[in-house]
Amino acid sequence: MEYEIRIAHLYPNLMNIYGDRGNLLCLRWRCEARDIGVKVEEIGIGHYFDSESYDLILIGGGQDREQRRIAGDLAEKGERIRAAIERDTPMLAVCGGYQLMGREYRTAAGDVLPGVGVFDAVTVHPGEDARRCIGNVVAESTQVDAPLVGFENHGGRTYLGPAARPLARVTRGNGNNGEDRTEGAVHRNAYGTYLHGSLLPKNPRFADRLIALALEHRYGADAPALSPLDDALELSANVAARALSGRTWRGQAARGGRSSS
Amino acid sequence: MPTTAGERAAPVGIRLRTVAAVLAGKAAGSLARRLGRGGGTALPGLLAERIEPQVVRRLAGQIRGPRVLVTGTNGKTTTSRLLVSILRAARHDPIRNGAGSNLMRGIAATLLREADLRGGLAPERPAVLEIDEATLLMAVGELHPDVIVFTNLFRDQLDRYGEIDAVAEVWRTTLGLLPAEATVVLNADDPLVCGLQEGTRARILTYGIDDPSVAGAAEHAADSRWCPRCGRDYAYDALYFGHIGLWRCPGCGDSRPTPDATATSIDLSDDAARFTLTLPEGKRTIELPLVGLYNVANALAAAGAALAMGLAGEYVGAGLAAATPAFGRQERLNVNGREVRLLLGKNPAGLNQALHTIVAAKGEKNLVFLLNDDIADGTDVSWIWDVDYEMLAGRARTVIAGGQRAEDMALRLKYAGLPPALVTHDIAAALQGGLLRSGEGEPLYVLPTYTAMLEARESLGRWASAGHYWERDDGI
Ligand SMILES: [Zn+2]
Repeated sequence: MEYEIRIAHLYPNLMNIYGDRGNLLCLRWRCEARDIGVKVEEIGIGHYFDSESYDLILIGGGQDREQRRIAGDLAEKGERIRAAIERDTPMLAVCGGYQLMGREYRTAAGDVLPGVGVFDAVTVHPGEDARRCIGNVVAESTQVDAPLVGFENHGGRTYLGPAARPLARVTRGNGNNGEDRTEGAVHRNAYGTYLHGSLLPKNPRFADRLIALALEHRYGADAPALSPLDDALELSANVAARALSGRTWRGQAARGGRSSS
Repeated sequence: MPTTAGERAAPVGIRLRTVAAVLAGKAAGSLARRLGRGGGTALPGLLAERIEPQVVRRLAGQIRGPRVLVTGTNGKTTTSRLLVSILRAARHDPIRNGAGSNLMRGIAATLLREADLRGGLAPERPAVLEIDEATLLMAVGELHPDVIVFTNLFRDQLDRYGEIDAVAEVWRTTLGLLPAEATVVLNADDPLVCGLQEGTRARILTYGIDDPSVAGAAEHAADSRWCPRCGRDYAYDALYFGHIGLWRCPGCGDSRPTPDATATSIDLSDDAARFTLTLPEGKRTIELPLVGLYNVANALAAAGAALAMGLAGEYVGAGLAAATPAFGRQERLNVNGREVRLLLGKNPAGLNQALHTIVAAKGEKNLVFLLNDDIADGTDVSWIWDVDYEMLAGRARTVIAGGQRAEDMALRLKYAGLPPALVTHDIAAALQGGLLRSGEGEPLYVLPTYTAMLEARESLGRWASAGHYWERDDGI
């Protein structure tokens, strides 16, 4: 293989709650289909994160207890992660990982977990008795030409500061906070989102955007153009998810929001 | 068997209101059954509770035989069934509920069905009730159980139950309410379940698998591979599935205890599991007519409950040998000469176990995956990305994706190296496609989520050859 991207997967054993592994499977599949190599390095607690070694950073979601467990380690890595982002390394941070890439996360119990500060965003969990944001989401983004579809399940509400741009605007679902219709955040090539549910498989254009950015990060002007793939199934899943998200279920408001991101 | 434990509800003076509730509930139940509405599990209980909010407490208050509750993410239906089989071997006639009636309403309907017209229940009968993991606290308050059996705790329908810590916390609260006379039966191999023994006055019995030769490779559907006390990752001397295994914490030294009931020398075949069951009274060879290591764990859970009730080991052996698969779980039937095997898979840990069972069978595989996203299935289908479908890549002749979320299923299968030949929302069409495309003489495996299982079962039942239709068994 002529080309290769290097992915840093942060805390894969702890931050992986809602099928987040699907995002990595998708990136790998779409690279290998184009003969682009993928090297994944799993970075856990106590492992050194070198800000110059990766072309893409992934972090998934977790419960409050996992978030609490990684918070200290993440604070140690924070400066190097921010440095990587300032060098235009692309990132995808989902749900609990997204919350910790903001400036801080105030948990349901009321304690404050410091965030890495990639995004100018603050997350507040309104408490265990508050309604959780759960359900299918459809959101329009200027980053890709098809609507983003996914599933959200979070107690925390994220509010963007002046330096952050939203990733998308929700047409169905809650997004960042259920109030201002924003969803996710963008800073340089870093993307944060509440859309778990294996975001990338059903949003292949967004997956390709991350791959293209990673190649550009590695090879600059010599980066190869991405050859088109047969995405009929991917796009039909996207369309089907959009149609389904209009349905409502009885009892959708969830119980048991305790201890959760 | 010991008869009572702890603070029981006051013996019943049967109240007029209870009798009215029983009559209304029974009438609704028989009407629903006659109309063919799924055995009428929810309505009778709902109606009776309207008339007499304490109907469960009043009916259950009469039971003097042991009351056993079985809960956990996976295996509670099978474990309850195995325990019922053991009790029958010991010539008891337990009151039991079915998989679809494990909420309070379903418990009420079960008790109504068993009660006479005046609301009377034969007091000597034991009760074995499967309880939804989020309903346990309420069930304990109403039923005052003598024994609670916990199978395991995995992520399941996070949109409905919340995260697993929330479930564990409610369980801990519940166990804190138990009197010292009650017994809690815990899976020693599941660190989260095993940890429930702290903070309860109840007697603790544990069960576990002691056979590293059946350990598998690490799966992605694991939830508790690190220590909540000190934060270190557990070390495993053997990892059976998910986070279930011979765990120990290198940080604080916490470790799996030596269980009261163990399985050793396990031999898993295509149609049965054989193992040596060791109870305090001695060893016994068990022939369990169910497949898969997870059913050995379920058998141990049932044996642990039997131990808690003081039943002799010979009944455990006889009861386990007489077991039959539960509704939609490993059921087999014959459709036009072709064997169809139905394996319910509704969360990553459970489905991985079903897939291991299929991988272990000989020959090329014909597979129909059915994914629905109703409330009972979980409205969030992203859990399929935590399932290790990849283990079937290169072994399949036919792959079909069906159900309300057929496209999501198809995409997951494509990325697992199992591109489907047919993608359809129509479950009957998916099954027909599977039957048509299967190789000669090969079984067709159908892997549905819960509501898809109900629908698939109905179609398959209609097509099944005469005499091969499964035994009707009140849904348990
Ligand atoms: Zn420890």
